[in-house]
Amino acid sequence: MARIELRDVAKRYGSVEVLRNIDLEIQDGEFIVLVGPSGCGKSTLLRMVAGLEPISSGDFLIDGERMNDVRPRDRDIAMVFQSYALYPHMDVARNMGFSMEIRKDPVAERKSKVAQAAETLGLSNLTDRLPKALSGGQRQRVAMGRAIIRDPQAFLFDEPLSNLDAALRVEMRLEIARLHQKLSATMIYVTHDQVEALTLADRIVVLNGGDIQQVGSPLELYERPANKFVAQFIGSPTMNVVPVIGTDTGVTAGNGAAIELPDQPLTAQAKELGVRPEHIDVVDNGTGDLSAVADVVEHLGSDTNIYVNVEGIGSMMVRKHGNIPVNSGEQLGLRIQTENAHLFADDGTALRPVA
Amino acid sequence: MSAVKNPNPALIVGKYAALAFYLIFALFPLYWLLKIGLTPDALIYSEGTRLFPSEITFSNFTTVIFQTDFVAYFRNSLVVSLGAAFFTTLFAAGAGYAFSRFVFAGKRIIIALMLVTQMFPLLMIIAPIYKIVAELGLLNSLTSLIVVYTAFNIPFATFLMQSFFDGIPKDLEDAAMMDGCSRFQALCKVVFPLTLPGLGATLGFVFTAAWSELLFALMLISKNDAMTFPVGLLTFVSKFSVDWGQMMAAGVLALIPSCLFFIFIQRYLVQGLTSGAVKG
Ligand SMILES: Nc1ncnc2c1ncn2[C@@H]1O[C@H](COP(=O)(O)OP(=O)(O)O)[C@@H](O)[C@H]1O
Ligand SMILES: [Mg+2]
Repeated sequence: MARIELRDVAKRYGSVEVLRNIDLEIQDGEFIVLVGPSGCGKSTLLRMVAGLEPISSGDFLIDGERMNDVRPRDRDIAMVFQSYALYPHMDVARNMGFSMEIRKDPVAERKSKVAQAAETLGLSNLTDRLPKALSGGQRQRVAMGRAIIRDPQAFLFDEPLSNLDAALRVEMRLEIARLHQKLSATMIYVTHDQVEALTLADRIVVLNGGDIQQVGSPLELYERPANKFVAQFIGSPTMNVVPVIGTDTGVTAGNGAAIELPDQPLTAQAKELGVRPEHIDVVDNGTGDLSAVADVVEHLGSDTNIYVNVEGIGSMMVRKHGNIPVNSGEQLGLRIQTENAHLFADDGTALRPVA
Repeated sequence: MSAVKNPNPALIVGKYAALAFYLIFALFPLYWLLKIGLTPDALIYSEGTRLFPSEITFSNFTTVIFQTDFVAYFRNSLVVSLGAAFFTTLFAAGAGYAFSRFVFAGKRIIIALMLVTQMFPLLMIIAPIYKIVAELGLLNSLTSLIVVYTAFNIPFATFLMQSFFDGIPKDLEDAAMMDGCSRFQALCKVVFPLTLPGLGATLGFVFTAAWSELLFALMLISKNDAMTFPVGLLTFVSKFSVDWGQMMAAGVLALIPSCLFFIFIQRYLVQGLTSGAVKG
């Protein structure tokens, strides 16, 4: 169990700064997900917490104690690698018990712990296999077994599911969620998949280009994104963002259509309007805020995705629950749920009502 | 219509014929070595070109072993080759690991210099090497050969080892360090077992190179009791005649350690030892 703090942490490779001003406080037992596009520095941040990568500046603390220069082996943190990193010359049991072997724990204790972990992860009949004789999902489990056997202060996961196929990924995601409930250990989980982030996290840290964009619960990020990047990164399908001109009472879209936004002050500074596909209603042609032509309609049964061409704006997406009887080429009216709309200023920051 | 998948019998025959041709081509000199070694002296010239001698004798072998200095040459060669292989592999493994894993000042320059050393023709450096060795008082010693062979083989062996280390995912060491190893422990318990094929290949490469080296051995050794095997072979050439039978018998005997060595390291050369380490 551990409280992990990062204070103004930065990482530089030579003159290239890949992470800057990282301030983060992770509570004991919290499940934190670091999410962001590829190359934004997620792995680097995780490896600095692990002790595998030196911290260029700032402080790293575990339970209030500065640990910047403590070796990985003395941090009591376990890590699951994206590549699994199983020792190819050791069988499953030895892979899982390797940390205890290094610590010179009694053999009997090691055996019983390995057996217990193998049982938990459904690997009991595979313990004498070499990693090369395992499927991807089984390797993933062994990698997790190697971590949980140590009963560490914190777990780190670096995109642990990205090498699995879609069905297995969902299954393992559930298993990780269960593991967190059972162990209630601090976990830091890196992914570029926002669905994983939204489903697993207590709090999500959104990174982009080496900066923290926003930290918050999944719902906070969905409902109140701090900027355009977070707004478009979180939520699927992606939020529609269209350029607008701010007025005193609302905004004017490119085609001259005025949209009244009574719930949103600060509209005068707005440069862009963001609306999630699920926050647009389909209404009769000629009514609503915008008029559009349905381009492609996807009937998914539970939902209907409608890709529309809005005159003077371009393409947008609308998602409605249930089956909506719309055909491709049909003229539609669109009404924006103004209480769920987002406005962005020139620099992309979200404009919010003053609470 | 029969299935198109069935391989054409003519193709199979052709494949095996090609393999057989290659084998015969490659092994024929070895056979000739053995044949002449087994041919009695009296028949060497009369039956020189016959594929099978009409009579076989082991006298050449017994003479070589019991009545010449062959055993001493053999022992010297063994000491020199094993010594050179051991030290070269030791240094090359260290350097190769550093090149593969660390970023340090001057890395590129060192690599470039090592490449440059490979470009000089041997003949150019023989005289200076002789002078250095002479001034060190190491002429006619096996030590001089071990040092020279080690020095000459290190660059190539280093690149060889580096490529083997490059093939071992860095994540494995990181995982070992997360599991409580120091860097050195990770090296011993995870990297080293996975590098055995590389170490085997490097040992084998240097061993065979040293085993058959003639030029330096000829230059630096003139005393009979420090001669290595290739130099010793030349003693079968006297002023007036060449003792072909004994020379070939000695040659056959000299192949034995190389063969044994490769049989021994062969199991470490098996590919795919790291498969299953990462991804799926
Ligand atoms: N050893 C290194 N030297 C220089 N740049 C590096 C090094 N390692 C990573 N980087 C850079 O740091 C950035 C972040 O990398 P990484 O943390 O692996 O991203 P992510 O895991 O989010 O995909 C990348 O732009 C990458 O090019
Ligand atoms: Mg990464």
